[in-house]
Amino acid sequence: MKANYGYKDGSGDFFITVDTDKCTGCGDCAKTCPAGVLELVDNGYDIDAETPIAAVKKEHSKKIKYSCAPCKPAAGYTTAGLPCVKACTAGVIDHSW
Amino acid sequence: MITAGIDCGAKNVKVVILEDGKVTGKAMAPAGIDAASAAEKAFDDALKMAGCGREAVTKVVSTGTGKSEPKFKNDIVTEVGADARGIHYLYPNVRTVIDVGAEEGRAIRVDEKGKVVDFAINEKCAAGAGAFTEAMARALEIPLEDFGPFSLTSNQEVPMNAQCAVFAESEVVSLVHRKIPKQDIARAIHNAIADRITSMVRMVGVTPDVALVGGVAKNVGFVASLKEDLQMEITIPEDREFVGAIGAAFVAADAK
Amino acid sequence: MAEEQKKTEYWRWTESRWTNPDIDWKQGGIVSAGVDVGSVSTQAVIMVDGQLYCSSSMRTGSDSPESANSAMKWALEGTGLTTDKIQATVGTGYGRVNVPFATKAITEIACHARGGNFIYGPQVRTILDMGGQDCKAIRCDEKGKVTAFLMNDKCAAGTGRGMEVFADLLGVHINDVGKMSLQVDTEPPPVSSTCVVFAKSEASGLLRQGWPKEKVLAAYCSAMAHRVVTLLERIGVEKEFAITGGIAKNIGIVNRLSKELNVTPLKSDLDPQIAGAIGGALFAKVLFEKKGK
Repeated sequence: MKANYGYKDGSGDFFITVDTDKCTGCGDCAKTCPAGVLELVDNGYDIDAETPIAAVKKEHSKKIKYSCAPCKPAAGYTTAGLPCVKACTAGVIDHSW
Repeated sequence: MITAGIDCGAKNVKVVILEDGKVTGKAMAPAGIDAASAAEKAFDDALKMAGCGREAVTKVVSTGTGKSEPKFKNDIVTEVGADARGIHYLYPNVRTVIDVGAEEGRAIRVDEKGKVVDFAINEKCAAGAGAFTEAMARALEIPLEDFGPFSLTSNQEVPMNAQCAVFAESEVVSLVHRKIPKQDIARAIHNAIADRITSMVRMVGVTPDVALVGGVAKNVGFVASLKEDLQMEITIPEDREFVGAIGAAFVAADAK
Repeated sequence: MAEEQKKTEYWRWTESRWTNPDIDWKQGGIVSAGVDVGSVSTQAVIMVDGQLYCSSSMRTGSDSPESANSAMKWALEGTGLTTDKIQATVGTGYGRVNVPFATKAITEIACHARGGNFIYGPQVRTILDMGGQDCKAIRCDEKGKVTAFLMNDKCAAGTGRGMEVFADLLGVHINDVGKMSLQVDTEPPPVSSTCVVFAKSEASGLLRQGWPKEKVLAAYCSAMAHRVVTLLERIGVEKEFAITGGIAKNIGIVNRLSKELNVTPLKSDLDPQIAGAIGGALFAKVLFEKKGK
């Protein structure tokens, strides 16, 4: 399942996508994120699921443009170079901006 | 040589007359629904103050959201370019300019020559601009000009969750219902917008000296929250609302 | 009787309740319930053996547990059924953790997919839920299991709240907004600002220019429809397509949305606003059966 956390407002699209089918629930992304944006949660989308999945914390989902700003200088960055994306060897995490 | 700079903002139109590197006239008029006529009025008022007629002006450069509106402009410059040029004239030591207007927030890094090195803009969302504090002042039924000073009387921190001006309005109403003192809500509102502006500034890097310009720089409540977030002194020009227009007038003079 | 006339609240949705006359709960087996505590409205649904028995939809008060209780009480009114006969309850929605009598809280995304599957049948693959304070786009499989989702609850644009702001600005009841927006000869250009605050000032300008209310509403409805379409593009739209939530009742949005997406949304006799609560009640039934094993 592709879970898109974030928002679209007048200033643009800001989404972090978590591919829960690939997610092993290891938590490396959450440990790496310097802003504490990610966490492991119970898989509430699949009533039979046993392992937790990575998710964007509720308090950050409405402001990830700002929460993720320290990793995204205006001078440029690549999505592949972001700490959370790099930390996940399963390729679960993607950013839309 | 006499040149003019117009900053056609979302809320106010600002005009500056520049004569040989010195500001000789300035005027401001509410943009209303017809920014073009507001620009005409502000232009005439500024010329009156400078003591010269339209024919004496060599070149007029326009900037701001409605920069294409004034009929008498000769050229346009981006808001970022105008801010950078304007601050370089006023405070050459400034390396980071924060401009918070009615509908837009900007952070610009400039070098020692006043050249733009990097910038970030928050546009088209009221949550990161003056429109946010304005809507909140209305929701709290406090006149906008009293809103900043009023927030400074708060002695309690209240969290605010909404990141959208429209949702924040309902949150404010529910906080009022919960009998939270209005000054504490006002403080929370200023902290919320300062947080968003700070994150934007961090994207270009916070290099001192830091200057705050634009209409929202008049709000002492916002300034206090921003200082607390950035943990440093902030230069606020006396002509905080005219920095863009000053810059545009210099751009006109530079071009010859 | 009213000496003091209250200001008309144009943005308020009307409340409703319903009982299925074909079902007698006394004959049934598992009685399960779902309560969807949204930011604006709360729905309670009672199902008997997985069939819809009764439902209620009312405004959410300032207190979530209280709202859940009253919606439940209202749904049960006149049925003879009492809360102690309900074997399992799932709470969902924005206030889901605050449903006092719930067996479990389940995310509204999962409940909407499950409820959409019940209302529109197993062929539904894309569900757009437009609520009072959020907009959700959900892709699901034939069992109503989520395969992708996106939720926008940060920004009021594209949510019921945005529409309410306009209803209030124009003094048109929220129930009439959609119909009125279709009373234009030609479609005006959409309102250009996304942000509701800026769109509102833009609309005030249009009114000052002499635009009739119908035309302003048309411009806003088409802007909102377009915004939702761009949101849907992130997860992709696969047929069949359905719209739930309060805005599903706004024909001005639904028509424009269908035209832009070139799809015809599935129709149902059931109230699309209760999809989340139905999903909750269906999950509650599964939970009860699991416990029994």
